[in-house]
Amino acid sequence: MSSGGFLFLVCSVACIVGAIATVAARNPVRGAVGLLTTIIGIAGLFLKLSAQFLAAIQLIVYAGAVVILFVFVLMLLGADAAAIREDRARVAKVVSGVLLAIMALGTMFALAPHAGEVTRFGSPLPSHGTVEAVGSMLFDQGVVPFELSTALLIVAVVGAIAVGRGKQGVFKKRPAVLPPKEMFIGPLLPRDESGRPADEVAR
Amino acid sequence: MMMMGQVLEHYVLLASVIFTIGAVGFLVRSNILVQLMSIELMLNAVNLALVAYNRVHDGDMGGQMFAFFIIAVAAAEVAVGLAIVLSYYRHRSTVLSDEADALKH
Repeated sequence: MSSGGFLFLVCSVACIVGAIATVAARNPVRGAVGLLTTIIGIAGLFLKLSAQFLAAIQLIVYAGAVVILFVFVLMLLGADAAAIREDRARVAKVVSGVLLAIMALGTMFALAPHAGEVTRFGSPLPSHGTVEAVGSMLFDQGVVPFELSTALLIVAVVGAIAVGRGKQGVFKKRPAVLPPKEMFIGPLLPRDESGRPADEVAR
Repeated sequence: MMMMGQVLEHYVLLASVIFTIGAVGFLVRSNILVQLMSIELMLNAVNLALVAYNRVHDGDMGGQMFAFFIIAVAAAEVAVGLAIVLSYYRHRSTVLSDEADALKH
């Protein structure tokens, strides 16, 4: 087996194992690591398909931003993020089983008539998948979607902040100028259990 | 299997397997965070299929352009989705999607 075939084998096994771990892990942190494995595997497959630019984007955006965001949210939620409901409705399981069967049968029927005649890749152009080629395509035929995607990202950032920061004004405001007594509670004064200066209690 | 990784069908099969795993995870799991990760799996599978088909059409970068836009939209979707998850958790103290039944009552 050539070295390219070995790369394909390693990356595809990583993809499938990571995907199963993402879905089946009871602890979502392990699921996030599985997602990371899948993403890195797919980046390797992008390299194999001579899409270097997309491989880099995949690693930067998915592995660098999306997975980190998931891990941050898991950290914020703590142990509650690992909630599992056992008595999940059977309908979902039946539907997913049917979906699995449809996908398996569909691929079988789609590929069976063409068994033996496969679409082989030729050797790619040296410019295939480079930043220059994708960029010229992007600014040649996709300028409007590109600009719209910048607007989408801005709206998403503003929306994420607006939704995620919750209600304001819940915290009590401290007075701008503290009364002198509070100002001079220093570490040198002896204190009782509640943290107040001991001499204040004595008075 | 000699030409493993040199054939379009291998990539399409792999993409369909990953997509199905993601779809099953989205349907079976009730944890919203795992459901979001399953959506990411499905988007990644579609990206893989797009780039694989693009490899056949040498010199045309249309498929990779689509994959680029899918990555951008997926990043936006994750940012907003996780903000909604945090907000939902603040309301109900849970991340189970079954508990999100405020519109029912």
